[in-house]
Amino acid sequence: MLNLFKFKGGVKPPTNKTQSLGRPIAVAPLPSRLVVPLHQSIGGTPRPVVQAGDKVLKGQLIGEADGWISAAVHAPTSGTVVAVDMHVQPHPSGLDALCVVIEPDGRDEWTTRVPVDHRALAPEEVRERLQQAGVVGLGGAVFPTHGKLTPSKTVPMQELVINGAECEPFITCDDLLMRERADEVVRGIGIFRDLLQPEKVLIGIEDNKPEAAAAMRAAVQALGESFEVVQVPTLYPAGGAKQLIRVLTGKEVPASKRSTDLGVQCFNVATAYTAWRALAHGEPVVSRLVTVTGNVAEPCNYEVLIGTPMAEVLKLGRPHPDTDGIVMGGPMMGFLVPDGEVPVVKATNCLIAHSERLFPPKAPEMPCIRCGSCARACPHELQPFEMYWFARAKNFGKTQEYHIFDCIECGCCSFVCPSRIPLVQYFRFAKSEIWAREREKKAADTAKTRFEFKQLREEREKAEKAEKLARAAAAQAAKKAAEAAAAAGEAAPGETAAAVDAETDPKKAAIAAAMARAKAQREAAPPRNTEQLNAVQQRELDEIEARRQAAGISPAAPAEKTE
Amino acid sequence: MMFAPAPFLLKDTSVSQVMTQVCLALVPGIAAYAWLVGPAILIQLVVASFAALVAEAALLKLRGKPLAMFLSDGSAVVTAWLIALTFPPLAPWWLVATATVFAIVVAKHLYGGLGQNPFNPAMVAFAVCIVSFPALMAQWPSVGLQLPLVEQLNVIFGLSPRVDALSGATPLDAMKTALKLADGEIDVAHLLANQDLYGNFAGRGWEWVAAGYLLGGLWMWQRGIITWHVPVAFVASLVAISGALWLYQPAHFASPLFHLLSGGAMLGAFFIATDPVSGCTTPRGKLIFGAGAGLLAYVIRVFGGYPDGVAFAVLLMNLCAPLIDYLCQPAIFGMKDKA
Repeated sequence: MLNLFKFKGGVKPPTNKTQSLGRPIAVAPLPSRLVVPLHQSIGGTPRPVVQAGDKVLKGQLIGEADGWISAAVHAPTSGTVVAVDMHVQPHPSGLDALCVVIEPDGRDEWTTRVPVDHRALAPEEVRERLQQAGVVGLGGAVFPTHGKLTPSKTVPMQELVINGAECEPFITCDDLLMRERADEVVRGIGIFRDLLQPEKVLIGIEDNKPEAAAAMRAAVQALGESFEVVQVPTLYPAGGAKQLIRVLTGKEVPASKRSTDLGVQCFNVATAYTAWRALAHGEPVVSRLVTVTGNVAEPCNYEVLIGTPMAEVLKLGRPHPDTDGIVMGGPMMGFLVPDGEVPVVKATNCLIAHSERLFPPKAPEMPCIRCGSCARACPHELQPFEMYWFARAKNFGKTQEYHIFDCIECGCCSFVCPSRIPLVQYFRFAKSEIWAREREKKAADTAKTRFEFKQLREEREKAEKAEKLARAAAAQAAKKAAEAAAAAGEAAPGETAAAVDAETDPKKAAIAAAMARAKAQREAAPPRNTEQLNAVQQRELDEIEARRQAAGISPAAPAEKTE
Repeated sequence: MMFAPAPFLLKDTSVSQVMTQVCLALVPGIAAYAWLVGPAILIQLVVASFAALVAEAALLKLRGKPLAMFLSDGSAVVTAWLIALTFPPLAPWWLVATATVFAIVVAKHLYGGLGQNPFNPAMVAFAVCIVSFPALMAQWPSVGLQLPLVEQLNVIFGLSPRVDALSGATPLDAMKTALKLADGEIDVAHLLANQDLYGNFAGRGWEWVAAGYLLGGLWMWQRGIITWHVPVAFVASLVAISGALWLYQPAHFASPLFHLLSGGAMLGAFFIATDPVSGCTTPRGKLIFGAGAGLLAYVIRVFGGYPDGVAFAVLLMNLCAPLIDYLCQPAIFGMKDKA
């Protein structure tokens, strides 16, 4: 038996899982319209490769990865692209992002699927295929999976941790996945094992899911694998990657390090499942399991196409009439979506019908009495009340001293706070302010460099101009001297002509001098309003500058970066 | 669009629940106290609570704060009860009321109200009164004196003269005075043999009051309202210093048990030094805070000019709390090897 470790803190909210465990996984019906956001994973935003009017097949690429940390996006069903435009995202900000809107044709016709045996492929090719299939972490963080499948060159991979803990209340999609599709989950874990070559594989499942653990054990045994299925104590947030790693291996991964630096890597069970489907069946990620629960009459887990409007999915559970919102994710870390029309995305593991009966409105915020409950509940052993104090005072430097970036926003502190302070909210605010300030500082540094360069250039040009003028003046003087000599040498009959010459030549000289001045001025003309540029303007300017350089118009500017 | 930040699930807790539990935890001690000196203590609790709520309401109104929310948080009542329990039970009502008003107005609201006070308000009130009204603060009922309710009321409300029979002293004070007067000629064991005054361990009946506080304190620990750090450190340091001196010169220094069960030691260890607002919050900080308070309480009560030292000890440690906490920040998850 594996020796388990403990993490400090944690809370035990009512799990509310049984409600949605009574029914097997059902398939959600095809919606009338799918809105598939292109940006569904951490990292870059995939480029759309379809346009309005295109016919697409299920599983056809609609957005291609734009970099290494980016994952492809596919059409969830066959149909017609009706638009590629901006739609509200399932994000608390309620901001829009680029989406591919597909009208299904009802045939749900697959594109050509190419199953492969990953063992016959080079590791790079497996990783690339996973990227092409849009496989991302389905535990909620949606980090592109292929990006986590390269073993560290210096640290040997000791443990591969598979996360089936599912510690958030209400959510049961991983539980049902393990119960019903354990075989494919275990096969998927095999892929990760083959790529990372860990010494051992540990599958962590909270001990409130004995059925899932039994199913996984049976699958591991049936497939002749040596993975260890470990039941971990039910304690929120045991399913946080860092907490599960701690419980299973005793290793603590700080914010400043990657888990691979400590010889451990962690994947969610659903991610393993999709990785298997992607390789062995050639099916990219076009659907996922979503728990529909909360204030509904029939809580259940559904296999839902990515892009299905959330309100349509919620309807399947028959929400009670007092439902007043949809929470995406669990009740500890989830958020109210801005609108029922926002689509299900790869990160959507659970939809909870919100009502005041289920989640009573919070009591008003009281002052902090420094009781320290939050510090005792914090799984990262932070001092939330101190960070709160400094975040409130906008003393962001101090919040960083108290390690605000180690906060995983699990919500334990807010959960236990007797003063009902939305602590996590303060920490999110502080973090985003710090990021914004860092961006501003970077922009200011860039502007400063540009300004200094401009000054340098102006000084140089001034010197050049002065030199030019001096030369012109010298030439003029020489010319005048020559003319004077000529005039003196010539006879009286040439007087008129000489007078004419004397009249026109200074004019010509003056015109030339003025033109030279104007040119110098043009060259030296300072670009205006360059101190306060937003990112877009900055990028445009940089591009113009680059073109100018390419055309040899202006001297090379120092390398600049805005983001 | 509706906005409510996660988490949506919250533990059933509130400031008033915490404060109510603190008050509940005081009940065993209060019961023993009432059994010992009669209903006077209950009268003082009512007087102090009333004064605290009036002062709190007035200040909240002046400061433009929501009245209902803060009046019901229970923090003023906890302050009031601690004042009532540390003052002589037959002290005139105006003394207790003045102390409570001072605690609420000056020590709490002038610093910014709930959660902002650097000093424990009850102990500020105690310190102010023992400095300003030393005679009244030293009038403890003679041991075994159980006046009927009416007479106690009359004494507290000044309707009958403060008879000399009332002006006894606490066992702590009595021992200190006796030792001082005897100038080394009477030893502690001899003094303690006086069962009438000193009871079995530390003062007739008073040891049961202390036991009541201990019981309530353990209950608070079990409920997670306080952690073990401060009480354990307080008791340990008090036992350590008193034990060391007692072993060195048992004739001159009372035993650790006497010190633990007399005066404000138990109330201080579990209810006063554990005040989170004015105390330390980090685990190591709490240990230092508790140990410092225990040590200072002993030094003041044995070598200082006041009969008991808990109030000043806690106030002095309150002063140091921010610095202690700053220096005692625990290493966080994943950074322990660096610390």
